[in-house]
Amino acid sequence: MTSTDQTRFPAGGVSAPPAGLRPTARPSARRAQTRRKWYEIVGLTTPALVVYVTFVLVPMGFAFYYSLFRWRGVGPPTEYVGFKNYTLAFQDPIFLDALRNNAIVVFGSLLIQGPIALGVALLLNRRFRGRSTFRLLAFVPYVLAEVTVGIMWKLILTGDGTVDVLLRAVGLGGLVQAWLADLDVVIWTLLFVLTWKYVGFAIILLLAGLSNVPDELTEAAAIDGASWWQIQRHITLPLLGPTIRIWMFLSMIGSLQVFDVVWVTSVPAVRSLGASATMATYMVDNGFFARLWGYGNAVAVILFVISFVAALLFQRFLLRRDIEGAITRRAN
Amino acid sequence: MTANPVLSRPASRRPLSWGTPLTYALALAVAAVSIAPIVYVIVGGFRTTPQIVADPAGLPDPWVWDNYARVLTQSDFWRQAFNSAVIALGTTLGVVVLGLCAAFVIARYTFRGREALNTFFTLGLLFPAGAAILPLYLMLRDLNLINSYYAVILPQVAFSLPITIVILRPFLSAIPRELEDAAAIDGADRLGFLWRIVLPLSRPALVTVGILAFVASWNAFLLPLLVLGDVNLHTLPLGVQNFSSQYTTDTAGVLAFTSLAMLPALLFFTLAEKQIVGGLQGAVKG
Repeated sequence: MTSTDQTRFPAGGVSAPPAGLRPTARPSARRAQTRRKWYEIVGLTTPALVVYVTFVLVPMGFAFYYSLFRWRGVGPPTEYVGFKNYTLAFQDPIFLDALRNNAIVVFGSLLIQGPIALGVALLLNRRFRGRSTFRLLAFVPYVLAEVTVGIMWKLILTGDGTVDVLLRAVGLGGLVQAWLADLDVVIWTLLFVLTWKYVGFAIILLLAGLSNVPDELTEAAAIDGASWWQIQRHITLPLLGPTIRIWMFLSMIGSLQVFDVVWVTSVPAVRSLGASATMATYMVDNGFFARLWGYGNAVAVILFVISFVAALLFQRFLLRRDIEGAITRRAN
Repeated sequence: MTANPVLSRPASRRPLSWGTPLTYALALAVAAVSIAPIVYVIVGGFRTTPQIVADPAGLPDPWVWDNYARVLTQSDFWRQAFNSAVIALGTTLGVVVLGLCAAFVIARYTFRGREALNTFFTLGLLFPAGAAILPLYLMLRDLNLINSYYAVILPQVAFSLPITIVILRPFLSAIPRELEDAAAIDGADRLGFLWRIVLPLSRPALVTVGILAFVASWNAFLLPLLVLGDVNLHTLPLGVQNFSSQYTTDTAGVLAFTSLAMLPALLFFTLAEKQIVGGLQGAVKG
């Protein structure tokens, strides 16, 4: 490729126009060009494709295969049991507790974090001095590792911890609980910790969405005599719709997979009774640590199917417009 | 995307005014809820365990540095931080290089199957990483990769690729055709265009996806927990968990270790916050 004429770059930039329009390009040269283009396409995408297929898609296929066996993970699986692992899972009250806990985390997160984040984002979207510092502080919990957050709250909540001391100090001693050990309380404690950590993510997203609401619109409405509430209700919120739905989607998928915080905060005994188990902790407890690989993989497939179906339904009914419009649409 | 991210201009700046007392009261309340537990843990590291037992909510009296000094000199903190850094940098490099190449093809080449390729990658957004962890472990075991940095890096790169491509594609598509034509006139072929024009122009987007991959890797727990049985390879999140279960009675030490483990993330985030928020703005534009 030494010539500098335009034919090396097909006029469309990326696609060759019909041959008749370009008398200078000879068929053999065009073929070489096309071949070169395919070399580039294959060369540039192969590494990403290989890594993606090997470590994302293939494992899920294997999970389904292994789930059909009773298998301790040594040697190849031989004892075929069909779908027995799946029926066993749905008969285990601890797995059903895990399902319930995941549902609590999914809906609890959406219903608690959403309104809080919206309020904080509207507040931190107002123009005032020191705003960026307050924004930074509101996001801080989100960047900490889940493990760190879990251990941190465990220290604050366990034993006769700081929270209990503070509650007694303000005369609310009656509320003191075994926050992480009481079977009826622990899941709500976990929901609180997860909310504390993840509400910052919702705030970041909503602030990013708010920054795209044109000032001209709100200013024009204000000049026309609209109150602050009317402006938020009729202009800001509708324009935030796509951002809110994308956040709901990410929050839902994250909540279905929640593992780290639960793993490090809850007492193993409490988890094994189902009080704080989630599908992910149940899967790791059984598959990895108890070495029930066939069973563990069946749980993995159930977790996968639930997440995937939830994601597809959400996308189909709520998110499609936004995905098309906001994330994957070409920029020009 | 309504704005061209390559050529986007900063939003018009108006001077900030002082807010109302109510605004500040609410903002302070939000900030307090966010950081009070963190401050408690950091300050708690300056107390002794007997002090904490006697008065869990008190202030250090006197302030002691011993817990922090002990963690930094006698624990595995530095080795774990080093392991975390190697894995996070490896993951970031892999995500940026592989993601850029794939996104460049999807954004700037026209060919049969392009949309299919794009869908194939973005489908990964719907694949919950957590669900794949057991079969992933089995596969890495069969590949003899358990107890190596690769066992964490390769899957993390794979699971970060979909979001990376989703963020990079519109950005790369938005680079004006004229620049590509100009590069052609100057004698660059398409790979030269990628290297000399796309790479420098897309730095903000690359930094954004790089930061997201780095933070996710730095904080990762489940994958390292399963594939890094060798304590010499343990990362910081595993270290926090080990330390807290090993020294349950040394509350002050655990507080100090937890604080030190938070610091890199806090520093990193303070430096990169603008970039993260800016990058997300591109992704959620309606």
